[in-house]
Amino acid sequence: MLRLAHLRPARAAALAALAATPVLAAEPPAPSAVQFNEGSVAQPLTGQPGSVESGKKIMSTNSLGNCVACHQVSAMPDVDFQGNVGPSLDGVAGRYDEAHLRGLVVNAKHTFEVTVMPAFYKNEGYIRPGEGYTGKAPDGPLSPILDAQQIEDVVAYLLTLK
Amino acid sequence: MTSRIAAAALAAALAAAAGMAGADPIDAPEIVINDGEVTLPTRAPAPDFLKDTLPEVLSGWLFRDEDTRAMEMDDFENPGMVFADQGLDAWSAVEGTEGKSCASCHNGIEDSMKGVRAHMPKMNEAGDDLWSLENFVNDCRVNRMGAEEWGWNSPEMKNMTSAISLQSRGEPVKVAIDGPAAEWWEKGKDIYYTRYGQLELGCFNCHEQYAGKMIRADHLSQGQINGFPTYRLKDAGIVSIHQRFAGCVRDTRAETFKAGSPEFRALELYVASRGAGLPVEGVSVRH
Repeated sequence: MLRLAHLRPARAAALAALAATPVLAAEPPAPSAVQFNEGSVAQPLTGQPGSVESGKKIMSTNSLGNCVACHQVSAMPDVDFQGNVGPSLDGVAGRYDEAHLRGLVVNAKHTFEVTVMPAFYKNEGYIRPGEGYTGKAPDGPLSPILDAQQIEDVVAYLLTLK
Repeated sequence: MTSRIAAAALAAALAAAAGMAGADPIDAPEIVINDGEVTLPTRAPAPDFLKDTLPEVLSGWLFRDEDTRAMEMDDFENPGMVFADQGLDAWSAVEGTEGKSCASCHNGIEDSMKGVRAHMPKMNEAGDDLWSLENFVNDCRVNRMGAEEWGWNSPEMKNMTSAISLQSRGEPVKVAIDGPAAEWWEKGKDIYYTRYGQLELGCFNCHEQYAGKMIRADHLSQGQINGFPTYRLKDAGIVSIHQRFAGCVRDTRAETFKAGSPEFRALELYVASRGAGLPVEGVSVRH
């Protein structure tokens, strides 16, 4: 069911623990099934609350979200070379509520139609999609850039930027 | 040389004093090479079709850091010149069944190839295809020399295009975009403004909309190709125009087009036309 082998150990362990509990965690929605309301996504994508620490790592790591490629975050002074294509995220939690932050990370084009910002929880509807950064056509369906829990982790971190 | 270093140090000090983070291109009117032996303007008025979009077109040199800029300002320090020299050697090397070298038909490269690069890509003689410089080289090799064609991104081809481009250094880029080239140009324009891949990015997003901004440590230039082929520090070698296009498309998490494909030749024409008036810099240095 879940390809645990492909996940990072911490995530795999967390999911294994979840699977062991009697409470059934709902499958995350397919990217195309996420419900938007004027750019906002009210329903969390997973039953597990987002991790602030993990969200910070995802945002500042090249191979994950790499949000700092385009956005500046003063709360991460140790992260070099923060970009300025997008607006600073300082105080972003004061400008958007949780549902709207989730919507912006999932697919900001529901808020800003022609934004340059990629959709992080989307896996179809592209022109000449490739397999990651290989430049080659994908063998099968694409994965979204971030998985559902990673989206929740990023939202959790963004909510600390008051 | 000494004065150049002093000037660079002063510029760096001024930049630091002003608290600049390198978000804008530097303000230098020209690239001064070999202490003034060659000077290349870094700016040109935008071509008519871009006038409402950009005030002027800018060399990518203006967006690079001080060390990289300095390398292009001295032919002995420009690592690309080694490869241009190898291309010069190949120019007079006999190859193929006809017992000819490039020089057998074209004589000296300095005169016969002067200005050639500035008009590339262009329609072939038959008028039925748009050719990049690489196509012309291979046409000569196969049809006149009876030699094997070179791979688009092979060292031999990049050495040769470097040597040929150098003969046009300083010539303003001027490509034909009318007549039979017009439909190629339109196709290239479509590609330029199409948002490819999982990151849904078009050339225009980074190189028109956000030129001058930073993506992490990358300072976004206008994506001009007048400096190609370029010595790219990141690749530690010469990079062709189509090789760089493929790298950009790959970085959008897209399936790239192939070097030499009709798509990249069309895009080359369109992007070249966006830099009309900028001088050929090849072989430039970038990172």
